[in-house]
Amino acid sequence: MKKRVISMLLAAVMTVSLAGGTMMTAAAEEAAEGKQLSVQVGPDPETIDPALNSAVDGGNMILHAFECLLTIDQDGQIAPGQAEEWGVSEDGLTWTFKLREGLKWSDGSDLTANDFVYSWKRVCDPNVAAPYAETVLGMVEGFDEAIEGNLDALAVTAVDDRTLEVKLSAPCTFFESLAAFATLSPVQEATVEANGDAWAVDASTYVSNGPFMVTEWVPGSYIIMSKNPNYWNADAVKLGSIKWNLIEDSNASYNAYQSGEVLMIKDVPTEEIPSLEGNDEFYVEPIIGTYYISYNTQVEPLDNPLVRKALNLAIDRDYVANTLMQGTYSPATNFVGPGWKDTDGSDFAENSNGGEPYMKAEADIEGALAALEEAGYPNGEGLPVLHYSTNDAGYHKAVAEYLQQAWKEIGVTLEVEIVEWSSFTPMRRSGDFEIARNGWVGDYADPSNILDLLYSTNGNNDGKFNNADYDAAMDTARSTTDAAERSAALHQAEDVLMEEAACCPLAYYNDFWLQSSKIEGSWHSAYGYWHFMYADIAE
Amino acid sequence: MVKYICKRLGMAVVTIWLVATLTFFLMNMVPGGPFLSEKAVSPKAMEALEAKYGLDKPLFEQYCTYIGDALHGDFGDSLKQRGRTVSSIIASKFPVSARVGGLAVLAAFCVGVPLGCLSAMKRGKVGDNIIIVIATCGIAVPNFVVCTLLMYTFGAKLGWLPTLGLNSWKHYIMPVTALAFYPTAYITRLMRSSMLDVLGQDYMRTARAKGLNQFVSLFKHALRNAILPIITYLGPLLAYTVTGSFIVEKIFTIPGLGGEFIGSITNRDYTVIMGTTIFLATLMILMNVVVDIVYKIVDPRINLK
Repeated sequence: MKKRVISMLLAAVMTVSLAGGTMMTAAAEEAAEGKQLSVQVGPDPETIDPALNSAVDGGNMILHAFECLLTIDQDGQIAPGQAEEWGVSEDGLTWTFKLREGLKWSDGSDLTANDFVYSWKRVCDPNVAAPYAETVLGMVEGFDEAIEGNLDALAVTAVDDRTLEVKLSAPCTFFESLAAFATLSPVQEATVEANGDAWAVDASTYVSNGPFMVTEWVPGSYIIMSKNPNYWNADAVKLGSIKWNLIEDSNASYNAYQSGEVLMIKDVPTEEIPSLEGNDEFYVEPIIGTYYISYNTQVEPLDNPLVRKALNLAIDRDYVANTLMQGTYSPATNFVGPGWKDTDGSDFAENSNGGEPYMKAEADIEGALAALEEAGYPNGEGLPVLHYSTNDAGYHKAVAEYLQQAWKEIGVTLEVEIVEWSSFTPMRRSGDFEIARNGWVGDYADPSNILDLLYSTNGNNDGKFNNADYDAAMDTARSTTDAAERSAALHQAEDVLMEEAACCPLAYYNDFWLQSSKIEGSWHSAYGYWHFMYADIAE
Repeated sequence: MVKYICKRLGMAVVTIWLVATLTFFLMNMVPGGPFLSEKAVSPKAMEALEAKYGLDKPLFEQYCTYIGDALHGDFGDSLKQRGRTVSSIIASKFPVSARVGGLAVLAAFCVGVPLGCLSAMKRGKVGDNIIIVIATCGIAVPNFVVCTLLMYTFGAKLGWLPTLGLNSWKHYIMPVTALAFYPTAYITRLMRSSMLDVLGQDYMRTARAKGLNQFVSLFKHALRNAILPIITYLGPLLAYTVTGSFIVEKIFTIPGLGGEFIGSITNRDYTVIMGTTIFLATLMILMNVVVDIVYKIVDPRINLK
């Protein structure tokens, strides 16, 4: 009996000591001097290695820890970053970047043009397998050999410590945007070579060159970035540190916001949105991206543009965006929405279709019925049952149910198939669907980034849209160096896309978030990033 | 007993191997893969990724390589959380879940057993009825409701308890309570019925008849026999609870292992699926062996063969 009591006691003590042993302390908070800004932009990032990241939340953190050759400023324009001057040769093939003087890594060592050479080649390295390699460096001379393993073939060279030269195989008018793209951030060769992929998971080896540097990372809990004293513009950085709270559940983040533990949250529970209307701390701002529907253009009857057009016309986008999606999206009347930049820096959508939207935000049932009749299906008679595939997240299911109802009005019967996310993506990619939910958020603001999706051989052309006029327009846009000609070609491509109803734009993405009025000097960009580097907290 | 334990451990190895094999082939049968995202990765990048992690090899070869590596203690790198090994993920997240889960099991045991005894002793009286109602609620109300209610009441409305992370002892109160809710109710009910069973036995009547104090007879004679079913339940419960709860960890933002079980499957992070499954299976089998041994200690009449 005594023995048993003792052993039970022991067990109890052991369990309690487990709890008391290594409780996380607020050591990091004490370590960082100055004000700490506590925010939430997403759960644990899969990676914050610039070369490996392909997610928005990871990108947002990388943006604070690293700085590329160029940056995007508060107005969405290209601005100097690590490079203070840059230029392109007349043939549009050679780009030269002049770095600032005295650039340093967060560990105090010197940063030179060679660091960029190493980092860019690393992005091509098949052993690194960077998902964005082709997007950001595909136009650089020697890319094809580099991606096979011959890294030295990549035409990126350091002329001297402060001059980087890049030779392209074809002109790329938006190369400046790529030079500001997080994937092309410099990483420190010594650290990366010594630690492999693991360099980016530990604060002690995470050497960076941006306004902040990672000082603590508790996976699944938080990342703390402290001000980087070696950053060239460190004097402009007012915060002592940023705490990225890695909260996955939107109710949890909402609670943390309400209790004041976190001053800004990206994940707001959608059921709270009606109660937040009119709240000064609730923001809705557009990002470059479109929620659209892919039609499989290779199967009957969706191979008929008139049928697709009828389906497009029967949708009340105003209802979808403002009622169904509670105003967290905006009705899409074009494929390329607000925020995308035309070649002269103006808003692309404002110049589209002679300044007029391609579609009305409201449904046009008569127009839809007329198109169906012309296609040989008066009032939808003779049409087979159509199938809509989507995964179940956010508003996807509600949209599917709405489509069922809306298309019923023109005599179309729609069956909805809900597919698990990881099965949905390969299914859609392989074309194993009739109609499927789709979406795209831009990597950079050049409209080719989204218009490329419908190019016949593009890997993201899920609907297998194949149109010679469209391809020709996109080819022109790709090869010309003349800004006006390029702009015209891009607009022509969108004209074809909308005329052929290649897909069905439904709504433009917005970011919606809660942010305390105490945060000053931060901004949100059309890329879906929050910029806190020059922010301050009002007392 | 040593022979028995050796035999059980031998069987455990076979069981773990079976679990590993089945999981390996099942997860590969599910469509999708670790490198898919809304945006298509270029075919070249995809090839490079697959080659890097050996996913381009025939399935059986992948299986042999995996088992070979696992036998050497190498559970591979996570395919999604680049730069982290499966072992390091488990090593950093398991202790967190174990702390919260261990406390929850302890709480469930410490509350459930006395409540069950009390309920059995007061059978049919008001106290018994109250306990039964609470215990039934505990079993019927799902975890996420408990979490949300706790969070709303003590976190948001009253503001007594922090809702985020695990920085102080206060942070433990809500997640531990939420995790302990169901097992407490279950143990209470189990204890009650088992106790009632024992109280009706002849030797208990004898104990009462010879005038033994009620508490002595309860603790010395009844509890020892009545607690056996609880021990049976406690083994697997401990294994499940210390490996973390997806829901509780998600709601309270606890960096534990629970999320990895679900997350790895939706992400098709093959190595993490394998690692966490083998880990849970091993723990489960170990706990069952421990339960058997504890049985022997509590009830010497049981013969371990």
